[in-house]
Amino acid sequence: MSGLSGGLLRFATAGSVDDGKSTLIGRLLVDTRGVYEDQLDAAQKDNERRGGKGIDFALLTDGLKAEREQGITIDVAYRYFATSKRKFIIADAPGHEQYTRNMVTGASSADLMLLLVDARYGLTTQSRRHSYIAYLLGIRHFIVAINKMDLMDYDEAVYRRISDDFMDFLRKIGGSPDVRCIPISALAGDMVVTRGANMHWYKGATVLETLESVQVEISSGHGEGFRFPVQKVNQPTKMSAIPDFRGYMGRVASGSIRVGDPVLILPGGYRTTVSGIVTFDGSLQTASAPESVTLTLEDNIDVSRGDMISGVDNPAQNLTEFSAAVCWMSGSPMRIGEKYRLQHTSRLTRCIVTRVDYRINVNTLAQEHDIAELNINDIAIVWIKTLNPIAADPYEANRTTGAFILIDQDNNTVASGMIRGTWLSVGL
Amino acid sequence: MSTGTPTLNTEPTKASIDHLKTLESESIYILRETAAQFRNPVLLYSIGKDSSVLVHLARKAFYPGLLPFPLLHVDTGYKFKEMIEFRDKFAESIGARLIVHRNEEAIAGGAHPMKLGVARCCGQLKTSALLAALEKGGFDAAIGGARRDEEKSRAKERVFSYRDAFGQWDPRNQRPELWNLYNGQIHEGDTMRVFPLSNWTEQDVWQYIRQENIPIVPLYYAKERQVIRRGNNWIPVEESTRIQEGEIEETRWVRFRTLGCAPCTGAVLSTATSMDEIVTEASTTTRSERETRVIDHGANTMEDKKREGYF
Repeated sequence: MSGLSGGLLRFATAGSVDDGKSTLIGRLLVDTRGVYEDQLDAAQKDNERRGGKGIDFALLTDGLKAEREQGITIDVAYRYFATSKRKFIIADAPGHEQYTRNMVTGASSADLMLLLVDARYGLTTQSRRHSYIAYLLGIRHFIVAINKMDLMDYDEAVYRRISDDFMDFLRKIGGSPDVRCIPISALAGDMVVTRGANMHWYKGATVLETLESVQVEISSGHGEGFRFPVQKVNQPTKMSAIPDFRGYMGRVASGSIRVGDPVLILPGGYRTTVSGIVTFDGSLQTASAPESVTLTLEDNIDVSRGDMISGVDNPAQNLTEFSAAVCWMSGSPMRIGEKYRLQHTSRLTRCIVTRVDYRINVNTLAQEHDIAELNINDIAIVWIKTLNPIAADPYEANRTTGAFILIDQDNNTVASGMIRGTWLSVGL
Repeated sequence: MSTGTPTLNTEPTKASIDHLKTLESESIYILRETAAQFRNPVLLYSIGKDSSVLVHLARKAFYPGLLPFPLLHVDTGYKFKEMIEFRDKFAESIGARLIVHRNEEAIAGGAHPMKLGVARCCGQLKTSALLAALEKGGFDAAIGGARRDEEKSRAKERVFSYRDAFGQWDPRNQRPELWNLYNGQIHEGDTMRVFPLSNWTEQDVWQYIRQENIPIVPLYYAKERQVIRRGNNWIPVEESTRIQEGEIEETRWVRFRTLGCAPCTGAVLSTATSMDEIVTEASTTTRSERETRVIDHGANTMEDKKREGYF
């Protein structure tokens, strides 16, 4: 999972059309040199050919022909920049077309949401929708950039009102995340990278300072217990150096492990001990998230891809029937009773959606009942039954072992899912 | 533009070393997913710095085992001499199986960017050759070193990027990719392109090469070389260059930030002769590395080439 390293922050951006999101991202990239001069020149020429003047930052970030021709952003784009304090990966989700699908995708790997709000209009339906989706996907850090303060005479009262509205909204969806509201002018540059001269009343950090200093390690969703989904068995055939080697390759999804620690192999339930942590750079005594290592075990038991090596205290749960929040991402609707493949950590199994409890109206947050099918961009609470058990945790506690995708007969990824804390467990 | 002076990442700090570990671990995870989910993967080895990092990561991923897939080099016949020498020595030193594929028919027919135009030349010597090599080897997944920060159509590329039976990319119809769940399901005849370095930047690559002491082709280091000025590029004088009227050979201190075919890869003016100097240069340059690649700047864009099956 992302963001465990203090040196790397993954954040998603969201905003409505024309709220200055491209300008803000463009400014962050240009001022930290996340974009090069020749790329800026190309964007400027592109804009002038279209009859515009100067740099249209959207042309810098819209990578596909269809996007530049139609002036719309189709897909999530990933952007990179670095300062001396941190490296940043931006998942830039478009605000309009396929908003839910793209927002969910962008938010899935992010630890922070940078939400753009136009100071003239305040919190809109779209701002609420984006915040809700981010919260649902487990994001617990928000920067609300209240933009276009220059058009509101840099008025502190405007800033206070929108900040209060946002806090009220978050309380309504049940969360108490870490929120920083920052008054900015992306166009003039105030409070983005530099403070500017127009808002002396604001004493907080700028957008960049905040991005550089936010601590995401302590946020929930990174789990505490040791979880190690086995990706592949490492059993070299021609290894003279280590004869009869048998190890399990994987990435520590959460927690940490020490040589000699007892572990459970799920879903089988065998108990054994970690005998070694092997890497190319030498053997280790401990490994923690998000390290990729190879584990060896004391006992010669049957462990293979799809199994989960779990800590013995508060282990992952074996589930075959559970409740989940899903976002439907395919043009063909989901129907109750239809079969899909379910990919959860390194495990692939078959499943059926047995029931839809309700669909969530992402604009009003109302629960809509008696739903027979889900369409693209729908978010709903459903019940899923799997053919084989999966070793999982609630998404709220662990964003790696609580997440899954559904795959249809055409091999398309049709849904993303987050396991909730209610299930019928098969137990150990 | 802002008058602010942000702090730039010129020297590796604790933060940057930390983030290299995160990137390394993520790439290893992706390589292992590829080996586990596909029947017959192959690693596309272009001899460049990104390929070198990729192979290094693969060795780490499967240690103490050997690489569970071969390296494939699509040779256009226009690669620098130093590249080919380096390739053969390197593959042998790590005990990897190396497959070299050339579109012999096109090469015999005299394919050259000056004759065919850059787009058609790339189409024959790279794209067609790659698709043919994948088919010949029966490979169902091809691992490449492309990065999202390189070019704007690549910014929207998936880590597991699905290709139909014709090897084509449909950017409007990509599978959603969430968390670290990579959907590797394909039908017979389809293939997957896999990009474990998606989240690396040029700076990360150089910092990692320095940190891990990864061997690279000497062309990345500056020295006095014979070059000609062509458009905005310093093109090296090699057998295949074909100097045009009005172009004057001169000697300059140059190095390469990215390596491709000799006639289509520009050098940059530089005096960086050590890895430290290269890392500093990568952190302070104001121009993108793809600027020196002629193929990125024709009417036929990277997106078009990717659609046809190019990397």
